[in-house]
Amino acid sequence: MNSFIKTGEPQVFVCGTALALILVMTLTLAGVVLKNGLGYFWPRQLVQFEMKDGSRLLGEVRATERNQLTGAGQIQIKISNRDLYGQDFKWVSESDVASRSVPEEAILLERMEHGNFAGFLKKVEGEGVEYLRTGSAVKDLALAVEAVREKMKEVAAVRKKMISLNYKIEKRRREIQKLKFRDISANSAAISALEAEKEKLESEFNRINEESGRMEGEARRFYGLFADASGTEKEIALADIIRIQTPNSMSAPEKIGAYFERTRELLLDDPRESNTEGGLFPAIFGTIMMVLLMSCFSLPFGVIAAIYLREYAKEGIVTRMVGIAVNNLAGVPSIVYGIFGLGFFVYGIGGSIDRLFFPERLPTPTFGTGGILWSSLTLALLTVPVVIVATEESLASIPRGIREGSLALGATKFQTLIRLLLPMATPGIMTGMILSMARAAGEVAPLMIVGVVKLAPALPFDGNFPFFHMDRKFMHLGFHIFDVGFQSPNVEAAKPMVYITTLLLLAIVAASGSMAIYLRNRMRKKYTTSHF
Amino acid sequence: MPQTVKTDPKPILSVSGLNLFYSEKQALKDINLVMRRNQVTAFIGPSGCGKSTLLRCFNRMNDLIDSVRIDGSINFEGEEINTPSTDVITLRRRIGMVFQHSNPFPKSIYENIVYGLRIAGVKDKSTLDETVERSLRSAAIWDEVKDRLHESALGLSGGQAQRICIARAIAVNPEIILMDEPCSALDPISTFKIEELIEELKLEYTIIIVTHNMQQAARVSDVTGFFYMGELIEAGETRKIFTNPEKAQTEDYITGRFG
Repeated sequence: MNSFIKTGEPQVFVCGTALALILVMTLTLAGVVLKNGLGYFWPRQLVQFEMKDGSRLLGEVRATERNQLTGAGQIQIKISNRDLYGQDFKWVSESDVASRSVPEEAILLERMEHGNFAGFLKKVEGEGVEYLRTGSAVKDLALAVEAVREKMKEVAAVRKKMISLNYKIEKRRREIQKLKFRDISANSAAISALEAEKEKLESEFNRINEESGRMEGEARRFYGLFADASGTEKEIALADIIRIQTPNSMSAPEKIGAYFERTRELLLDDPRESNTEGGLFPAIFGTIMMVLLMSCFSLPFGVIAAIYLREYAKEGIVTRMVGIAVNNLAGVPSIVYGIFGLGFFVYGIGGSIDRLFFPERLPTPTFGTGGILWSSLTLALLTVPVVIVATEESLASIPRGIREGSLALGATKFQTLIRLLLPMATPGIMTGMILSMARAAGEVAPLMIVGVVKLAPALPFDGNFPFFHMDRKFMHLGFHIFDVGFQSPNVEAAKPMVYITTLLLLAIVAASGSMAIYLRNRMRKKYTTSHF
Repeated sequence: MPQTVKTDPKPILSVSGLNLFYSEKQALKDINLVMRRNQVTAFIGPSGCGKSTLLRCFNRMNDLIDSVRIDGSINFEGEEINTPSTDVITLRRRIGMVFQHSNPFPKSIYENIVYGLRIAGVKDKSTLDETVERSLRSAAIWDEVKDRLHESALGLSGGQAQRICIARAIAVNPEIILMDEPCSALDPISTFKIEELIEELKLEYTIIIVTHNMQQAARVSDVTGFFYMGELIEAGETRKIFTNPEKAQTEDYITGRFG
């Protein structure tokens, strides 16, 4: 036995097993997320169940399992039509099913509200007249929906003007507030001028509002008459229909087309139905912008601090203590940073900014509330130790000969740093940077208290001057997972969205990780110092 | 071959009463030595005898170590250089250094050579080009690298890299070149090339070389100093040191009885 251990084989075996275990767990995680995330957009069959009691159900089969008490088989069906049934899902016992069929003409509608509708199309009507164009009811519906959508696009364009107008009105209102706060009598002329401007904008706003209302009302006069599996009729305004599918008669290319269309929507559109449907664009945008903003703070500060610690600070007890403290900072629970961020950045600095620059708006806070700036700063604080450690280590790994060679030629320490050390340390700094970006992208706890919200009314970046609105709250993929998965009123329906969001977040982190490795290898090739 | 010096040339660097301490430990004890213009001075002695430490006093490289304390005088061309007010940057430009391990920067050969000029603020392209050719020719490596000046200097062999480092040192036109065991990591052929180079370089520069290799000291130097335990045991004309040393310790070392 003793001699067997001395051969070293068991140790190798233990190490190998540990590695294999980790690999299996990682791959399982990735596999589960991939399977559930990637499959969701694929159009599924609508199955019609004839029950033994004579009722009918139409929906997608989501799961089959054995009842834990009775042992009988049961099926989970996504029956949709939340407005009719009050729920999206239904469990039926397999023994209650008389027969199943896959009706060709079954139709699935994605709607603005109340989730999907699964059923059959009866007719399309507009202004009391049946809409007949092609002879095929479904094609008619598609045409009519397309026509209505064009109109709704016009409405949306007008609404966009309203947002911009609203912003301008708000700006005037604040200016008036400011002037009044300072000195009403001295600024009365300016105030009345602003009031006039504001009124003009407001009347413009009202006019547009009415116009858009009228346009929408016109569009809403077109509707489709549908029936569910049991024959209950339902009128649905075409303006509410986002997508029409007849999954039972779709060909493979059509399904692929639908798949990519949904993916596009996911990446580029706004969420709907309390985030459980629609796109993730604001969350993706918020995550990336927050991470980039964070890098703008943590990279320079981290690198400069590391340079001081490594190149200028005298070796000694203080330097060592600082080094230890920096390493420990990386291990502080992130929620602690969140609370610190709330107290220091939001209430402390933000509150002071409000008192100094926006006293007229108080008690409504401007910077004294969570926002993308404070979130970025909080996360920068959280990730700066990673950058410091990475920079310090890559500076330390530069051979002494390089420094001495440069100094011996009459270079100052600073010149050596700029011309040789920093370029050589760049691969290491980049690695630290991207690791910290990945960490920041995945962090949720601190963000919840310093500026992330479930649904942000506007992106932190838009066409209104000054374009970046640092005080705005924003959406974040990590928080989105938490919110949709655990805070949503309709958890079962939201499940696929959770998987997809997770997949996207993992993809962003994995992509940044691979980018780090690629960049590091490229730069390493350039800066490797040969020793003979 | 060592040459006999007919008349002593002008002194360029003189050390008197130099003591150096690393924290408590004394590494150099009362060194008195004069180095002369256009001569090759070799420092020999066993490891840890202080010869490299003394060499690094001349361009103040010991400043990089916090715990070092130096007292005594080093006079360079009539100027005291061992004072806090000495302009170290200018001093290092006038006294260049070549290290034991070749240390080309991770840049092109061209950029390596012009590094000293660039940090001094020289921007004129023709000056830079001229310097590169002159330095590389002086370091006897022009023919080997002239076609790949803009390739990385990291791809060179050890001997070539060391000659690039010598070229880099002479590019800023120093008066003295300090060499700290420049051949200890090189094969015999590269060593031979560097030794030939030293012969040529001394026509223009003053060279102070630290070496472990006594044959090398005998081959290239005009004056040799023998160090032992931080003390300068004996210094004099190389031929005399190697054939007829005054001190028994020197003789023991040179004949290989210790060290």
